[in-house]
Amino acid sequence: MEPLMAVAIGLLYAAAIFLMLRRSIVKLVIGLMLLSNAANLLIFTSAGMTRGAPPLIPDGMPGPLGTIADPLPQAVVLTAIVIAFGVLAFAVVLIRRAYEIVKADDLDKMKDTDT
Amino acid sequence: MRPEVALPVLLPLLSGSISILFWRARPMQRFVAVAGNLALLVVSLWLMASVSRDGYVSIQMGGWEAPFGITLIADMLSAVMIVLTAIIGLALSIYSLASTGPDHEKFGYYPLMHLLLAGVAGAFLTGDIFNLYVWFEVMLVASFGLLILGGEKPQMEGAIKYVTLNLLASVIFLTAIGLLYGMVGTLNMADIALRLAEAEHRGMVEVLAVMFMVAFGIKAAAFPLFFWLPASYHTPPVAVSALFAGLLTKVGVYSLFRVFTLMFNDTLDYTQDLLIWGAAFTMVTGVLGAAAQYEFRRILSFHIVSQIGYMILGLALFTPLAIAGGIFAVMHNIVVKTNLFLVSGITRRLQGTYQLKKMGGLYKEHPWLAVAFFISAFSLAGVPPLSGFFAKFVIVRAGIEAEAYVVTGIALAVGLMTLYSMVKIWNEVFWKSLPEDNLVPELGVASGDDSRMVKPNLWLMYLPVAGLAFCAVLIGIFAQPLMVTMQVIGDQLMTPQGYIEAVLGPGVDVGDMLLESQLEESSP
Repeated sequence: MEPLMAVAIGLLYAAAIFLMLRRSIVKLVIGLMLLSNAANLLIFTSAGMTRGAPPLIPDGMPGPLGTIADPLPQAVVLTAIVIAFGVLAFAVVLIRRAYEIVKADDLDKMKDTDT
Repeated sequence: MRPEVALPVLLPLLSGSISILFWRARPMQRFVAVAGNLALLVVSLWLMASVSRDGYVSIQMGGWEAPFGITLIADMLSAVMIVLTAIIGLALSIYSLASTGPDHEKFGYYPLMHLLLAGVAGAFLTGDIFNLYVWFEVMLVASFGLLILGGEKPQMEGAIKYVTLNLLASVIFLTAIGLLYGMVGTLNMADIALRLAEAEHRGMVEVLAVMFMVAFGIKAAAFPLFFWLPASYHTPPVAVSALFAGLLTKVGVYSLFRVFTLMFNDTLDYTQDLLIWGAAFTMVTGVLGAAAQYEFRRILSFHIVSQIGYMILGLALFTPLAIAGGIFAVMHNIVVKTNLFLVSGITRRLQGTYQLKKMGGLYKEHPWLAVAFFISAFSLAGVPPLSGFFAKFVIVRAGIEAEAYVVTGIALAVGLMTLYSMVKIWNEVFWKSLPEDNLVPELGVASGDDSRMVKPNLWLMYLPVAGLAFCAVLIGIFAQPLMVTMQVIGDQLMTPQGYIEAVLGPGVDVGDMLLESQLEESSP
């Protein structure tokens, strides 16, 4: 499973960076979305994809029995998804407003602040 | 229980929530802003007192023992940064009373400001690498909101660059955290430090070190990753610019110091050269960029970049003295840079523009403003006896001791170039007479983002400027006692064992942890 995931993650990163290098701001934002998804999958994969019981400790035991799934990467990914969702919602509103004001879906036309 | 460690994070969150509750009652929001930041200052001094007494103060959130729970820990570096955050927060909240118009206040200026301060304070106090990421995002989201407040065209264009590059940095940071967790199986920074020292794949550790360097380098606006900063910092309302200039990049610098002294202190033979030359190029490009500009806030923005170079140089030389100098530079820069932006806001109010060519004659009309600018600007350039001189002096001395002569020479030359830029602003804004074609708007009737105010409120803008200029002078006069504090920071950062013991409990050393992890591996 891991090699397959590694390839998928690599493709996602590549696609994201390709999109971010385009001039269109819509593609830029799609690139950002793919990038955050790629990072989430990477955390998930690099933490080890073990099948296991839920990480619960039975009553009266000092520790869990048998192999358990690591809950931490899942918590981390969940947090990262929520953050990415919030930030991307902002980014989408931002490009809409920017499009209304600049009237172009083109980063090359947004050079007023560079000079 | 040590509540003073958690309070600097909780207080801004609380004042932010209160001001959201009073969404329509703007006078209440303004009151909460000043009162909340005053309380933050008190708490930060409390934290400072505890840290100077005990060395390290830590608290395990939710009662989960480290390394399983999230640790909040303050060492001297964190405490100094928190005090500076509180000072800047208070100065900005007073300044905002006069400079931020009702159109901005209506859309949540004060709640966002509190949220930003909470994010900054959280980043300074956390001992957990993923939690650091979360605080970075809290800070970032609040800064997005503040950056586009008002929604003018330059703000939108600046915001797109700012948002894109900062999100990219966040993703690199997150990716590095994921790989790091895959390697060491823990997120607690002290625990990571212990386990990285034992890690087998040295190449992987170096890759991670560089990933963190790039991620924090973008946040700190280091060469060659700084382009978002001069493209966006001059676009928002001036109080927001000043807040960003004072605090945001410094959080990136703080993270570099923390990560490279604690976690990656043995990858130095590989990363040190990168950091040194990155610092040198940061100083030079920043100052050259500023030389070409004729817009007040853009000059200052480029100088932020330039000054970041000094701080990173302090880290890169990696001796206790150099680190002390680097942190001294951070402290001095937070105060002085914020103040310069605040002065630019007042001159904008008085003359209606940020273009140096169109301004003039302020020395004659407002001599005290000129004095405040003079102190801050010459402190930035490193003229004795002001604060910047001692920061530069310590870094240069550390550079000579480390025999890094080329970089030290560059640092000195950049000081001169900084002086050139500051003299340029001085000549154009304060010294020369006002150009004929500038129609200075009458106070109170001018239109624009931040100019709907009546004259009596101007003292609210002068007050923080005078206070921060006074701080810059004080830092210069009391350089010796402050330097002692900085040396404590340098020693603490160079001996991470103390930090690790403060988080994981006394008696933990690398050997014990190794034994433990071997037991864990053999037990299932």
